[in-house]
Amino acid sequence: MTEVGVLDAEVAPEPAPAPGPGRRSPWRRLLQDPQAIVTLVVLVAYVVLGLLADVIASHGPNEASLQAYNAPFGTDGHPLGADSSGRDILSRLLHSINTSLVSGLIGAGVALLVGVTFGLIGGYYGPRLRSGTEWVFALIQTFPGLLLLIVLMPITKGDYRFTMLIFGFLLAPGVYRITRNQVLGVKNELYVDAARVSGLTDRRILGRHILMAVRGPVIIAAAFMFGTAIAVQSGLAFLGVGNNQVPSFGAMISEGFKNLYSEPMQFVWPSLALGILTAALVLLGNSLRDALQGARRKPAKIAAPVVAPGAAVGSASPAGADDAGAVLVVEDLAIAYPTPSGELREVVDGVSLRLGPGETLGLVGESGSGKTQTAFATLGVLPPEAVVTRGSIRLEGREVLGLSERELRTLRGRSIAYVPQEPMSNLNPSFTVGAQLVEGVRASTDVSRAEARERVMALLTRVGIPDPERTFRSYPHQISGGMAQRVLIAGAVASRPKVLIADEPTTALDVTVQAEILDLLRDLQSELGMAVLLVTHNFGVVADICDRIAVMQEGRVVETGETTEIFTAPQHPYTRMLLGAILDEETVRTDGPAAVAVPLGTDA
Amino acid sequence: MTTPLLEVSDLRVAFPGRGFRAKPVEVLHGVDLSIASGEAVGVVGESGSGKTTIGRAILGLVKPSGGRIAFAGQDITAAPAKARRALAREIQVVFQDPYTSLNPAMEIGDILTEPLVMHGATAKDARARVRTLLDQVGLPSDAVRRLPREFSGGQRQRVAIARALAPGPKLIVCDEPVSALDLSTQARVLDLFIDIQRRTGVAYMFISHDLAVVRHVSHRVSVLYRGDMVETGPADKVTSAPDHPYTQKLLLAAPVSDPVAQRARREERQRRAQAEAAGAPAGAA
Repeated sequence: MTEVGVLDAEVAPEPAPAPGPGRRSPWRRLLQDPQAIVTLVVLVAYVVLGLLADVIASHGPNEASLQAYNAPFGTDGHPLGADSSGRDILSRLLHSINTSLVSGLIGAGVALLVGVTFGLIGGYYGPRLRSGTEWVFALIQTFPGLLLLIVLMPITKGDYRFTMLIFGFLLAPGVYRITRNQVLGVKNELYVDAARVSGLTDRRILGRHILMAVRGPVIIAAAFMFGTAIAVQSGLAFLGVGNNQVPSFGAMISEGFKNLYSEPMQFVWPSLALGILTAALVLLGNSLRDALQGARRKPAKIAAPVVAPGAAVGSASPAGADDAGAVLVVEDLAIAYPTPSGELREVVDGVSLRLGPGETLGLVGESGSGKTQTAFATLGVLPPEAVVTRGSIRLEGREVLGLSERELRTLRGRSIAYVPQEPMSNLNPSFTVGAQLVEGVRASTDVSRAEARERVMALLTRVGIPDPERTFRSYPHQISGGMAQRVLIAGAVASRPKVLIADEPTTALDVTVQAEILDLLRDLQSELGMAVLLVTHNFGVVADICDRIAVMQEGRVVETGETTEIFTAPQHPYTRMLLGAILDEETVRTDGPAAVAVPLGTDA
Repeated sequence: MTTPLLEVSDLRVAFPGRGFRAKPVEVLHGVDLSIASGEAVGVVGESGSGKTTIGRAILGLVKPSGGRIAFAGQDITAAPAKARRALAREIQVVFQDPYTSLNPAMEIGDILTEPLVMHGATAKDARARVRTLLDQVGLPSDAVRRLPREFSGGQRQRVAIARALAPGPKLIVCDEPVSALDLSTQARVLDLFIDIQRRTGVAYMFISHDLAVVRHVSHRVSVLYRGDMVETGPADKVTSAPDHPYTQKLLLAAPVSDPVAQRARREERQRRAQAEAAGAPAGAA
């Protein structure tokens, strides 16, 4: 529950790899939330008042005195007055707090104990055991709860604690569901496998590794269940079910209700006390949810980024002369992201690129170098929090930065197209491949449905799909990753774009498929005269397909040149380091198997 | 000839089919593999070849449907839970993804000491050992108080290696341990693997899709294709001049980081593909 920011590493800039002190525990986050502080203070005050009930109040909760009959607010010895039986309201309120808190503890405690235990077991072990626990908890859930508690009064003998114990079991299915779902989510995580391989017992894996991962939602649910248990106990007491010797908010409200017209305050005090208590619990539950789960950022929505005033907004073609013979020009581009402290941190810092017609430029770099950010900027699909601080991107002489979403849409598909890294996640699983391609073609050109279909079939044949008719009717999960990438390439080149941006297009594919996809890209490029900007970390792919290379490091282009030149005579030390790290054909392991097995730690 | 450290013979693994009364799908069709003490054996294959499943069967994470796995002469094919836990001192693992193989909620120190304490070390001994281990994998000793997310991918993989080394195992199953890492980090982590093997004599089963990675660390290499072992031999032979057509195809498909050599390789590959399409003996397919 504390894992942050790994999911969005694809789009957002990589955090600096150096370990920093910026760790924020959920508890500290909770204590920065004013709502949490207020509710916690209220709850602590309740607990303290309850514990000190006998000290604060000078009367017992059931001590009736005829003199005090319906004593008003502020009477000596009865600061909040007394009820129609002459019992001290303050004392009864304070003792009711104890009743409520004990109810909540028993109800929520039993629900947690039963629900979490069986949730862990049901989630972790095989489906056979799970169907058993599932059945039992489904059965429990079908019981009409409140009715059951009333019917069971002869057995519980009116003891609210026993009643709450049973209520705990009735609440348990909810906790069971939450825990079971969470466990199913994490039990196949590699760290659980690693714990098994480390020789840990199942009990320890469940109790430490899995429980730790599922605790967040359970803690949140516990706060709400605590409130529910209190409310149910009060409700039963209000109905007059159970032992009337036990002071309780419900019983007090019920009595106050009878005197509502003569002594309204007798009704107000317990209602207020109960209301504040349950409200505090619910609000604390909400704060817990924010602290434990809110830290995870939502996946970045693709939208036009903010363009800072310094950037070349709207200028038609400020340096048009330079653009001669280039379809895509990126000039001094800088992209920044806001840090948690509010400052902007630049992830791309003054990148300039030129892409000639029909040329393939490899944008090479390690993770966090800003290569994907640069590619996204040319497509106009940076995440909304990204800020383009300066620079210019010109597609066929036209400024792309600062264009509206509508203007960008006409550019995308017609002039510029995109092939992603993960083909599968870029196809909608609920529509057939054909429907998605036809929609794409019709969005960028004005053709009839039949024409579009014909064109799609031709494209599918062109990208080397063996049975285009069948692929057209297939859903994405029915085709392989390599086929999915062919489909996306077909979609990208459908409207004969001038520039194709390919972001690690073969990284997720097997090498044999990679080779075929690279062949396809090369053929399509010469056929359509497209320029290709290929973002990659793989020098083998660069050597195979790129005419020129731009090497990026930490947001800057450190070296640009012809592919052969860079491979034979790299100038920048970083390029030399990268090329040196390549595991080439010559690096065969030469030393034989290690002879003696020396336990680690005993060697020098 | 002494008994090999690990001997896998005719290993079969089947997973239950999807849907009602579906037939089980066999993903390994009788695989043989042996690893000697101190040896690094690479297992190469594409996605779906079953390479990860072999590793998981050896680790006891999947149940074989047939065949035999023997460790140091002892049959461990269907070892009961207790025997399996004892094996944890002998067989360890480094997984592919350093982002999910470390519990995000645990400090590095706890991740490393937990298995040691589990196997009977005192807390003090365990801490001392963790310092040695961190030093061995090139991490600072103040790493113990940090959470996994404070580290980069390469550093996390070093933590995972330290965890695998902790009980002093004789065999480590490495399942694509560098494929999630950057190029320069990849080379350094591979060198760390070799260095550790030289010093400790631990054996590796090195699973990867990348011939270059396997060539770099392995003494012998086995090639897996759709659940069958198609070729096994010395690393330089299998990864540079393979006999089996599938391995040849794999080698020709892997791009070389040299534009001139890559052009030659590409043309060779396309020539063969055309010959194959024209009806010449296909072999691999």
